[in-house]
Amino acid sequence: MIPELGHFSLIVALMLALLQGVLPIWGAARGNAVLMGLARPVAAGQFVFVAIAFCALAYAFLTSDFSVLYVAQNSNSHLPAHYRFAALWGGHEGSILLWTFLLTIWTIAVGQFSKHLPQEMVARVIGVMGLISVGFLLFMLFASNPFERLLPAPGDGRDLNPLLQDPGMVIHPPMLYMGYVGFSVAFAFAVSALLGGHLDATWARWSRPWTTVAWVFLTLGIALGSGWAYYEMGWGGWWFWDPVENASFMPWLAGTALIHSLAVTEKRAAFKSWTVLLAIGAFSLSLLGTFLVRSGVLTSVHAFTTDPRRGLFILVFLVVVIGASLFLYAWRAPRIGLGGKFEVVSRESFLLANNVLLSAAAATVFLGTLYPLFVQALTGGQSKLSVGEPYFEAVFLPLMVPMVVLMGLGPIARWKQVSLLDLLKRVRWAAVVSFVLAAVLPFLLGKWTPLIALGLFLAFWTMSTVLVDLRKRMLRDGGVKGQSPSYYGMQLAHFGIAVFIIGVTLVKGYETERDVRMAPGETTVAGGYTFRFDGVRDIEGPNYRGVQGRVIASKDDKTVAQLYPEKRVYNASGMPMTEASIDTGLFRDLYVSLGEPIPDSNGAWAVRVYHKPFVDWIWAGCVLMALGGILALSDRRYRIHAKRKLAGGPASDDVVRKKQPARAVADRRSKTA
Amino acid sequence: MTPRQKKMTLFISVAVAAAGLVAWLVVSALNKDGGINFSYTPSDVYGNKAPQRTSFRVGGLVVANSVKRDKDGLTVRFELTDTVRNMPVVFTGILPDLFKEGKGAVVQGKLEADGTFHANEVLAKHDENYQAPEVKQALEQAKTAPAVKVGPVVTAAPAPAKL
Repeated sequence: MIPELGHFSLIVALMLALLQGVLPIWGAARGNAVLMGLARPVAAGQFVFVAIAFCALAYAFLTSDFSVLYVAQNSNSHLPAHYRFAALWGGHEGSILLWTFLLTIWTIAVGQFSKHLPQEMVARVIGVMGLISVGFLLFMLFASNPFERLLPAPGDGRDLNPLLQDPGMVIHPPMLYMGYVGFSVAFAFAVSALLGGHLDATWARWSRPWTTVAWVFLTLGIALGSGWAYYEMGWGGWWFWDPVENASFMPWLAGTALIHSLAVTEKRAAFKSWTVLLAIGAFSLSLLGTFLVRSGVLTSVHAFTTDPRRGLFILVFLVVVIGASLFLYAWRAPRIGLGGKFEVVSRESFLLANNVLLSAAAATVFLGTLYPLFVQALTGGQSKLSVGEPYFEAVFLPLMVPMVVLMGLGPIARWKQVSLLDLLKRVRWAAVVSFVLAAVLPFLLGKWTPLIALGLFLAFWTMSTVLVDLRKRMLRDGGVKGQSPSYYGMQLAHFGIAVFIIGVTLVKGYETERDVRMAPGETTVAGGYTFRFDGVRDIEGPNYRGVQGRVIASKDDKTVAQLYPEKRVYNASGMPMTEASIDTGLFRDLYVSLGEPIPDSNGAWAVRVYHKPFVDWIWAGCVLMALGGILALSDRRYRIHAKRKLAGGPASDDVVRKKQPARAVADRRSKTA
Repeated sequence: MTPRQKKMTLFISVAVAAAGLVAWLVVSALNKDGGINFSYTPSDVYGNKAPQRTSFRVGGLVVANSVKRDKDGLTVRFELTDTVRNMPVVFTGILPDLFKEGKGAVVQGKLEADGTFHANEVLAKHDENYQAPEVKQALEQAKTAPAVKVGPVVTAAPAPAKL
């Protein structure tokens, strides 16, 4: 009964989404306030019904109602309750429901926090989000119904994939989806601007916080996924250039470009058309990512279902969304105009270069990810191939090196025009110090390679240019209070990149990975630590059985850590699972996982023993980037524009600052990020 | 040229140069060893269809009772089959969790002169009911191929019961 209620709610939600997608946009076109006024209440109604559907499915999971096919496929009566709940998004159908649920939440949030926006704008934005929702609800109802019954009901479910039975997996997909769905707001704003034919700095200021929120979620979501892969896959990698990782990385790259392009549009009213195009691109890539992940189109560790039935719907949906928005763009973009002028050397041109490099990076990742599909389509499925890590590393590094170098210069450069000589003079010490440190430090760490030196240089360069700029601004504007939160947010995020680079460089440069055969009592050395294997004992979990090994890590005869790696076999699925045991530290991780027992030996196992220096800095860097985004969001200017008129251009900020010192902090737009 | 035209020319030429550079980057990266991995079936490998010097992928089923371990505990030898031909594989390292006799696996590496495939990577996919496309392709091609059976014939493991 409850599942039918959920199913029925989805149908009602579809009706409401149709109303939400059509009436407000129509109203905005005709200037009808009543129709436009429908946007918020209808969106709220849609939210309620999608929420009912979501709760109905959650209820089916929590009560282990295996007469629901999706529950039977992804849950088991012995699964702990929190994983039963998280199993809701463990498969394709539930993921799409989660996506739609988050979309309605974002829509409500837009309605709530945009009370000061012109009514047509809000009506169009909510309308566009309604149309997106229509697509997803149709998809669920016709090709991917999570409430489909399975009669007669099986005695027990097939269980959630053991890899997903992990706290990281409980929050990773919602985070990632919050990011994906969040870009729908930026997309809706862009489409609304195209529909209204009106795009200016104020528009950019409205879109910025939403884009940043989405970006923060996506950043954290990707970091969580990477961290999960690191400890859950059992072999210590943190990024595989797997199609699904790429699927989340492409919108991130486009979204990062969008954030920077929006900054230029807000401050200088430049890059307008480009910003709109990026907003369309970021969301299209999010859609592509959503569908690539669970549709099984690509060979990937995440592709649990291989159901080509959905392929057509997805393809049509993507074509409609991308095609319609690009058509609208081609038709209306000339009206928006290109925006303000700037010189060849200026902050604008640095940001332009940043955008070009990020977009190129996204394009190369896109190509590498979808190339196998193209080739397969062209050869009629005859030729199976995959694009491997060497490709991605070879294209990505050359694009990111200039990007990081320019990232140091961008915030220091002035808008409109800057003297190159002046700029170089200001960073000369930063350049010299980072160069010397990067050249010397690898010797002290025990191994010098060009790549390590390059990585360290980029990290130190980023850090020192951040400091140079901070110092200059503090001296000029008197202390910490002279700058806006969004400026500090930007610098914090850039600092996060430096931390990330240090992590990547040092772990790639100095890690020790040893796969060894170890009998109980035997020791092995990795990265200066001695690991003693003490054998294994049997263990039993709620829905699995297995063995747990004990490994003692010591340094200079002092015990540093006791590690308990496990090898589990899940009862329902019979799937084996390696649970690594990790001793986390600020400067290094000790990572041990069990391979397999060695036959005809007295309890010996193949064991992975890894020493991973600075690996956690990779995720710490991502967290700093996200914190930077949050800090930028706290900027008052995103909330005080209520009284400003639509026509408020980007100019005259410095004048405003001089005349109104009280508002100076929040208004220093021309100087900050 | 007016200053504006000059600037436009500069931007356009930079853009063209950048696009060219990226294209070159992509092409050279794809040509790297391991950049593009074509996948073959064991029959392809012995039918001289697979490359000689570069690494490639082979999909198939792990032959029952073929997995042997050397004394060091880490070197594993097994055979991969598309039910027509068997291909001996040697791999040093820890096998993935889902690697099992009778189940599908994908190996990446090079074919050595002795006819043994030296794998530097062994992949087994993450779901008991999921079969990697490479494995599927190998089995499907074998079905349509003429029945020239050289190696020992192995029956594929029965498909796990679906709900």
